[in-house]
Amino acid sequence: MSSVSISRRSTAYPTLLRELTDAPFHLYLRKGEPELLSRPSVAIVGARSCSAYGAQVARMLGRELAGAGLVVVSGLARGIDGEAHRGALAAGGVTVAVLGCGVDRDYPARHAELAARIVEAGEIVSEYEPGIEPAPWRFPARNRIVAGLTLATVVVEARTKSGALITADFALELHREVFAVPGEITSALSAGTNDLLRQGAVPLLSARDVLDVLGLELASRPPSGTAVSSAASAVLRLLADGARGTDDLTRKSGRESGEVAAALVELELAGLAAHADGVYRVVGTV
Amino acid sequence: MRRLRAPLRPTVDRVLARVVTHALVGLEARPVEVEAHLQRGVPAFVIVGLPDKACQEAKERVRSGIGSAELEWPLRRITVNLAPAGLRKEGSGFDLPIALAVLAASRQVPPERLAEHAAVGELALDGRVRPVPGVLVAAEAARRAGLDRLICPMESAAEAALAGVVPVPVRHLVEAGEYLRGCFTPEPVVERAPLLKRTHPDLRDVRGQERARRALEVAAAGRHNLLLAGPPGTGKTMLARRLPGILPSLTREEALEVTRIHSVAGFLAPGSGIVDEPPFRAPHHTASAPAIVGGGVGPRPGEASLAHHGVLLLDELGEFVRPAIESLRQPLEDGAVAVARVTGRVVFPARFVLVGTMNLCPCGARGDPGVECGCSPQRLSAYREKVSRALLDRFDLVVHLPRAPAREFEQGRGESSADVRVRVEKAAARLVERRPRFQPASDEFLARAVDTLPLSARGRSRVRRVARTVAALAGDAEVAPVHLAEALSYRTPTEVAVAA
Repeated sequence: MSSVSISRRSTAYPTLLRELTDAPFHLYLRKGEPELLSRPSVAIVGARSCSAYGAQVARMLGRELAGAGLVVVSGLARGIDGEAHRGALAAGGVTVAVLGCGVDRDYPARHAELAARIVEAGEIVSEYEPGIEPAPWRFPARNRIVAGLTLATVVVEARTKSGALITADFALELHREVFAVPGEITSALSAGTNDLLRQGAVPLLSARDVLDVLGLELASRPPSGTAVSSAASAVLRLLADGARGTDDLTRKSGRESGEVAAALVELELAGLAAHADGVYRVVGTV
Repeated sequence: MRRLRAPLRPTVDRVLARVVTHALVGLEARPVEVEAHLQRGVPAFVIVGLPDKACQEAKERVRSGIGSAELEWPLRRITVNLAPAGLRKEGSGFDLPIALAVLAASRQVPPERLAEHAAVGELALDGRVRPVPGVLVAAEAARRAGLDRLICPMESAAEAALAGVVPVPVRHLVEAGEYLRGCFTPEPVVERAPLLKRTHPDLRDVRGQERARRALEVAAAGRHNLLLAGPPGTGKTMLARRLPGILPSLTREEALEVTRIHSVAGFLAPGSGIVDEPPFRAPHHTASAPAIVGGGVGPRPGEASLAHHGVLLLDELGEFVRPAIESLRQPLEDGAVAVARVTGRVVFPARFVLVGTMNLCPCGARGDPGVECGCSPQRLSAYREKVSRALLDRFDLVVHLPRAPAREFEQGRGESSADVRVRVEKAAARLVERRPRFQPASDEFLARAVDTLPLSARGRSRVRRVARTVAALAGDAEVAPVHLAEALSYRTPTEVAVAA
């Protein structure tokens, strides 16, 4: 696998990254398009073992922020990182993965296919030359690059000791904006993000919050070709009050179970609702 | 008794007697002729003609049985031949025919009258006649061979009557002897009225769970395989056990097929005739592949065949051994199991609705908001791959059962199985008579859905099949997009599939 390296002296080296006190001397690029790294970008990071809710939020943010023209930067890890990349790809946007190992390695291995798609639509970068093994101490170092490359960092879900919090720390040191997605106070998966909020991070309630800070506009949703049926809009209204299971929706709506199931699939196809762990949630801004 | 003993003269036909019985080969009964021959010489008793251990031991039971019946044991050299000699004879059903042949050879019963009968049954040491498996198929084979009377154990009479032969039910060897001598008339057998009420547990006991109930209804109407996934204690097994109760009633032909299999496997309750309820089988998850699809030296039907025309429940699908799960591929594809052995190949029908239940992870906590799952990603993907690669593709309907909130139990009792069955039977009939056609709008809808959702070619045809059933349940002649949408809601969710 060929890769391109750019040195800190090169003019192609991303300007934002130079602000890091220990910016890497060399940056390896799998495809070799350093221009992508200088576009306005945002980092979306979080736990590897995330909740279904966290995964949906990460994918939604990836989709909407990339759709608005931002480059979505993350770490190719399982969980939040992967979902953010997938969301950006789904929106046809640009996404960049920063690795904690040699730039030619697909780590984790199960994200090999995702990595290939990222290279097609974006870039994979690393400060490590091809062939370097992943090692635990390389990931915090990788996180400083994620923070360094981007204008803002969004933490979706993080436990109290999470690599995502290291990324947030680097972003703060660089005086970049840090957003945290509020979570349930009872969930260990949200302890880190909620703690960030207490320390003064900006609560992220929708993708618009990030865009407002950066002075960008949300891409207008392409008008969905089909208007949803009356059953579907009734179900959508019930979902607006919070995530619910199918049985619950059936009882609340007073419709037949089959009818509700059909309505939910219609909403899913229209990108208005998503299913995870037995409950449906509203996703995306209507 | 003494007067019955005719003086022996050295002619063959006075010392030889024959009776027809049957040996089981899979679900077939092959005719076996039992010949008993008495010779002068040192008294002995020999059985030849490839008997297995159980059949060889008939010697002792027959000797004691005849003694207990106060009949006389001929003090001759007795040779019993089971012909054809090349066919392996298994089991204890040869006791009664051997005893009768010996009695006829020694002229304690008239041999010509015995030759008009087929016989089957095991003997107790006190001469009582015990039931054996496979009487129904033996009776059918007897009728085909032109023998319309079958001497059989009392408990098997109802079963034998199903084949259209006249059963001669006997409780004891004495009764058989007296019947053949014409001084005992056995009670006629009346076929029991078909069951009006099913014995399966009723759907009425299920509170709430509207989606799962609906999925059961769809599964029953279209005979779709159903996978119920969710954390422990959400009622997966309870729901699965209620599926046979809403399946359409068996036709006479189907009921006979089921009875035949259950008879051969020895699962018919004594005295019961036809099995007219869809059977329900739930093998334990430690079951081996032969236990599921059938096997053994003389192959016997396995759980898949015992569930023929009914429901096969694999509770905790992920805990079954891989070969056992894999072995179900053939019956799911062909509706039959072929068991090949050195001695031959037998085919058992096995057309069943497969119901699987599984947790979302090995520890079971996933999907339960109250508990945090402690499974490592490696363990999780190993668990999912086991099920997904092997079998997930065969489930038309996948339903995710979340843990029901406590208020679910405040719901009233649901609809009863009998009420649901009425709709199911109507839909099933409609699927056979006038298969719902696809509207052009539905084809467009499906094409759009395939673009958005991860759906394989197989998944696509599965969705079409389920949509037809949904339309039939709605009583529509055409498949509308709304039916397809519902069918799509039963596709495999990502929680169950191999992690993306």
